[in-house]
Amino acid sequence: MAACIAISCVLLLAQACGRSKDHPEGTSASEEAQTIENKGSDTLVNLALAWAETYMQAHQDVRISVTGGGSGTGIAAMINGTVDIANASREMKPEEIASAERRGISPVEFVVARDAIAIVVNPANPVSKLTLQQISEIYTGEITNWRELGGEDRPIVLLSRESNSGTYVYFLENVVRMGNQKSSLLFSPETLLMPSSEGISAEVRLNVNAIGYDGLGYVTPDQKVVAVARDGRGPYVLPSIATVNDGSYPISRPLYMYTAGKPLGQKRDFMDWLLHDGQVLVAKLGFVPISK
Amino acid sequence: MNSREDLRTRWLSWTELAIEALIRVLGFSTVGFVLLIFLFLLKEGVPVFFEVPLGNLFGTRWYPTFGYFGTTPLILGSAVVTVVAVVIALPLGVATAVFVREVAPSWAREILKPTIETLAGIPSVVLGFFGMTIIAPMVHQYLGAPTGLTVFTGALILAYMALPTIISVAEDALDAVPKSYRDAALAMGATQWQTIWRVVVPAARSGIAVAVMLGMGRAIGETMTVMMVTGNAARIPLSLDSLFKPVRTMTATIAAEMGEVAQGSVHYHALFGIGIILFVLTFLINLLAARSIFKKQRRGGLR
Repeated sequence: MAACIAISCVLLLAQACGRSKDHPEGTSASEEAQTIENKGSDTLVNLALAWAETYMQAHQDVRISVTGGGSGTGIAAMINGTVDIANASREMKPEEIASAERRGISPVEFVVARDAIAIVVNPANPVSKLTLQQISEIYTGEITNWRELGGEDRPIVLLSRESNSGTYVYFLENVVRMGNQKSSLLFSPETLLMPSSEGISAEVRLNVNAIGYDGLGYVTPDQKVVAVARDGRGPYVLPSIATVNDGSYPISRPLYMYTAGKPLGQKRDFMDWLLHDGQVLVAKLGFVPISK
Repeated sequence: MNSREDLRTRWLSWTELAIEALIRVLGFSTVGFVLLIFLFLLKEGVPVFFEVPLGNLFGTRWYPTFGYFGTTPLILGSAVVTVVAVVIALPLGVATAVFVREVAPSWAREILKPTIETLAGIPSVVLGFFGMTIIAPMVHQYLGAPTGLTVFTGALILAYMALPTIISVAEDALDAVPKSYRDAALAMGATQWQTIWRVVVPAARSGIAVAVMLGMGRAIGETMTVMMVTGNAARIPLSLDSLFKPVRTMTATIAAEMGEVAQGSVHYHALFGIGIILFVLTFLINLLAARSIFKKQRRGGLR
């Protein structure tokens, strides 16, 4: 019995070898059907999926798989060599670049879109505008009641993404610390770190006390977006493609893709496509296209 | 003919030997795996005790991205959630075990026992989702907590998850109480309630203690559910109102952050350091449970 199986295995193998010898074009086609692994930022994941799906429809010989997990996750995977493209909502840190170079990888950076970070509250919350200074004081725990901001007498519940999120780091550096590099302000320890964007939107939807932040593309209609001003005098601006492009909305950032070394072959074609024709999809998903 | 018979016995004894050896290897490999896992934890986690000053490591601030590796809020977080969960689960679990073993008619027992065992099979992410969408809003709305993602919410669901363990171990303990105890109590005119409460349950005390320990082990190691319902804020949960405030446990921290860290970084070692603390804690709890089992056996006749 065992011998039988062994023999049939050998036969199958021989057959397979024979077939590939008979049809050399078959093998070359399967070599070309390249898989591009793409992982990282949860902010970018929907956009990356849309790009991958549209691109694969036009290019049957390319398979692109997209997973989220956070910017840090994607960059770590790129450094470890398990993915081809890392999506990131922040720049690579110097120590990440150093760690990549130790493994003989020189990461190449592409800015693929821009994103506004929206400040969201429950629709029943009367507060509808805040200054950067106020947001910083809210998130460091100096302001703990909505009354101090002209709202009702309710405690403020702070929501943030997890610390592996690029949005977390961007928000801390540019909003909590207000871009001051010497500042050592941190999120209040009372801040709830939510494992996903959905966690934030669910809590904002259900809890009148909550305030959260997230990429504009993730804001659902059942959350209220707060208008933000650079300072007490300045105009209070709602995030949109127009206000990000003219620079009047203060909290926006570039979104990145990193490749291990200069992309070649199918990877180069894919990157070229998404930086040009692919930009059409960017606005559809609530992000801001890069200007050419 | 004779030699064929001989060959046959030799072949049999060989297979016997081989199978015995295989089973022995499999048995010991379980212990081996535990040891290997612990060694791996040590190898990855011990560096953190040299890289980070102890004052920082056992400080009160956990901001790993910015060099603050204070594990105190995480250890206390796990402890508080677990203790509250056991406090909720213990009376429920023992009462259920007493009902199933002592009171319920046999047909009810036939239904109850498998149902309770099914509880243990519900995936934790399902319970977490349930907690996030149903329990948390209720805690927020009816108990007046600023947010529903609190110690209490997590403990409620953990209690539910620890229940099957507590019930089945406690039931075994009640089962081990000799029938003569019950007979003697009833013969002396005790009611059924008096028999259960004054005789059977005290006699099964050490077994119930084991049930609590194992339930505790189950609760402290649970990850997905607590990550989804406790809010993950690394605050020190020592004030009185902490029960209705968010908290961050050791398990949730590892799960949430492990995906992000660069291998070999201080943060990576710190997460494994937390793993070591968690491993040692669960090991101690299991050790305590094992000790009370042995104590019970030493009492011999009283069983």
